Amino acid sequence: MSDKVKIEVIDRRHFLIMTGAGVTAATMLAGLAGTAEAKADLAAEYMSKVLAGAKPAEGKVKLTMPEIAENGATVPTKVSVDSPMTDKDYCQEVHIISTKNPVAHICTFHFTPKSGKAEASIRVRMATTQDVIALARMSDGKWYMTKTTVKVTIGGCGG
Amino acid sequence: MAKARVKVPGKAKAGEVILIKTLIRHKMESGNRKDKKTGQKIPRHIIDKFTAKYNGEVFFSSDWEGGVSANPYCSFNCKVDKSGAFEFIWHDEKGEEFKAEAKIEVS
Repeated sequence: MSDKVKIEVIDRRHFLIMTGAGVTAATMLAGLAGTAEAKADLAAEYMSKVLAGAKPAEGKVKLTMPEIAENGATVPTKVSVDSPMTDKDYCQEVHIISTKNPVAHICTFHFTPKSGKAEASIRVRMATTQDVIALARMSDGKWYMTKTTVKVTIGGCGG
Repeated sequence: MAKARVKVPGKAKAGEVILIKTLIRHKMESGNRKDKKTGQKIPRHIIDKFTAKYNGEVFFSSDWEGGVSANPYCSFNCKVDKSGAFEFIWHDEKGEEFKAEAKIEVS
């Protein structure tokens, strides 16, 4: 991937400033990549703690977020899980995990058969452009996961 | 400080799955922000648990971290079978609790 593409994703204004000082821009990008890696580790750490050895399958979970979020301080997020929600077969919990926020765990929804639908909406903070993961646990102990990418124009986690 | 608003349909049919919307005024200070004057980190202060009850029984709950936006909005569903009352509780990590109630008529 070229540096140029990456800069454009960050911000138009920064792009202009950065091109003025090419060397600085390259250094900054290297720094950014470093922290991004560390944050991805946080997500992996949280997931392995929650999963406790279980392996999540693809499918059943749907995570709806805007492709481009102009304001990272409040990004509408909707999760829905394909489940009959009966006493014997229902979705118990869904974890929403960020791969680049300072804290990986954003929130967890706990459902019961009385919830009727395994569906919930919330608004979340996104520090930067990143992947968001939803991890769902069914009443039979099986895990399902999905991932979506959100482009963030202005980060919402403070400096 | 905290002010809660909930939207629950007033009437429903038995067995219907209804949509409930909730909103509470809370700054949800994540603990990552710095005070611009002093450069010190502003201590974390968030709502860490939300619970929804229908006729005394918990049917939905959620654990929150600093990644949840300020003035948290949360919507979810409930399968209703008889008339009754909803109770919504937001638990602040400083131990404070904020509550809201709503009634529903089920036919």
